[in-house]
Amino acid sequence: MITFVWGLVFVLIAPVIGGLIAGIDRKVTAHMQGRVGPSILQPFWDVGKLFEKENAVVNETQIFYAFCYTLFMAFTGALFFAGGDLLLVIFALTLSQIFLVLGAYSANSPYSYVGAERELLQIMAYEPMVILTAVGMYMATKSFNVSDIAASPFPVVLFIPGLFLGFLYVLTIKLRKSPFDISTSHHAHQEIVKGVTTEFSGPSLGWIEITHWYETVLLMGFVWLFFAFSPILALVAVIVVYLFEILIDNTNARVKWQLAVKSSWAIAVVMGIANLAALYFLNGGIS
Amino acid sequence: MTFMAKSPWIIHYDASSCNGCDIEVLACLTPMYDVERFGIINTGNPKHADIFVVTGSINEQNREIVKNLYDQMPRPNVVVAVGICATSGGVFRECYNVAGGIDKVIPVDVYVMGCACRPESIIDGIVTALGILEEKRTKMVLDADAKEEHRHAGLRPEHISKTEGAQ
Repeated sequence: MITFVWGLVFVLIAPVIGGLIAGIDRKVTAHMQGRVGPSILQPFWDVGKLFEKENAVVNETQIFYAFCYTLFMAFTGALFFAGGDLLLVIFALTLSQIFLVLGAYSANSPYSYVGAERELLQIMAYEPMVILTAVGMYMATKSFNVSDIAASPFPVVLFIPGLFLGFLYVLTIKLRKSPFDISTSHHAHQEIVKGVTTEFSGPSLGWIEITHWYETVLLMGFVWLFFAFSPILALVAVIVVYLFEILIDNTNARVKWQLAVKSSWAIAVVMGIANLAALYFLNGGIS
Repeated sequence: MTFMAKSPWIIHYDASSCNGCDIEVLACLTPMYDVERFGIINTGNPKHADIFVVTGSINEQNREIVKNLYDQMPRPNVVVAVGICATSGGVFRECYNVAGGIDKVIPVDVYVMGCACRPESIIDGIVTALGILEEKRTKMVLDADAKEEHRHAGLRPEHISKTEGAQ
C-alpha cells in the first residue's frame, strides 16, 4: 500500500534533515579531532553559496545528468517512504547513482574519469549486500513492500542480524566515509582531487550536495526499517549507527578499491548468505 | 547578507618559494587555529573554490599554472597573495628566473605581508577577502540585471555602448 503523503513529506523535508545531519556530522568530527568546528547550519550556507556562484559548466549534458541524479534520488526516497517495493527502491537508487557516473564521464578530465570508474566499482561493491538485505527482509516478513516491513509486529533485526551488520559495512561506502571514500570525499586533498564531483561547480555541485542529503535520509530509513517495530528504538538505532559511522570515518585511512570490493563481497557472502541460509532452514523453506 | 561570506572555499597553490608560507597556510587548518569554524575549507579543486591563496613568486614555469588555476575558478572569486614573495618577489625578486609577485599574472585583491606569514595574519587576510568577495558578488548581480534589462529593451550587447553614447 502506497501513501503519497509520506512520499511528498520526504521530498520536502528530507533536505532539511539531511543537511542538519551533515552539519552535526561536521561538528562531531571537529570535536573528535579537538577542533571547534563550523556551525551546524554550515552545510546550508555552503549550498546557498554554491547557488550564488557563476554557473560554469564543462558541457550542457553535465547539468542534465546532475539534475537527473537529484530527481531519481528524490524519487527513490519518496518511493521508500511512501511504502513502495523495496526492490524497485534499490533499482531506482542504482539508476540515480549511474547518472552521477555519467555526469562525471561527460567531462573530459582524468580526475573525473578515475572518480567515475571508482564510483562504478563502489556500486559493484555495495549492490550485492543491499539486494541480499531486501531478500532477507522478505524472508523475515513475507513482503517486499516497505509499508508491510515497517508494520511488522516483531523486530526484523532479530531475524537478520547478519544482514544488518553487513548493511552497516556497505553503509560506509554509501555515506562516502573513510575507509571507503574512494570515488569522492568530504575531506580535502584526495589523490584524485574531488573524484566524481571534480568537474561540477556552482549550482550543479549544489544539486549534488542536496542529493547527498536525500541519500543520507534514505539510508537512515533503511536502518530504521530493521527496528521499525518500535519507533523509539529505531530512532536510537539510527543515531547510534550514524555516530558509529563518524567514528569509523575518523579512525580509518582510505583503502584501495581492491580491498573495498573484495571485503564488501566477502561480507555479503559470509554475513548475507549465511544469514539467509539459517533463516531458510529455520523456516523449513520459503513458504 | 548573502551566503558568499559564510562559506569561503579555498584553493591553495604554492608557487616558487621556500615553503615557509605554505606550511603556515596549512597550520591554519590545525586544531590550534581551526579555520573550518568560519566555514573555510581547503578544497584543492579550482572549480569548487572561491578564494585563491597563492604563496611564493611567479617564475617562468608556474606562470601558466597560476593563470590556468585562476581561469578555472567560477566567478565571483578573489585572490590572496600570502607572504612577501607572493606580493613582490621578496628576497628572490632579482633572481634570473623570478618575474615578481602574483600580480604580474593575475589581479590580486589582498596582499598579506610577512616572511613567513603568521597564521593569524593569513586568517586576517582571508577575512578581508570575504568583504571583497561580497562586493564582487553584488557587482556581478547588478551587471547581470543591467544586461537583462537591455535585452528586454530589445538591444543587443554591441548596441549598448552606442545608444548610451548617443543619449
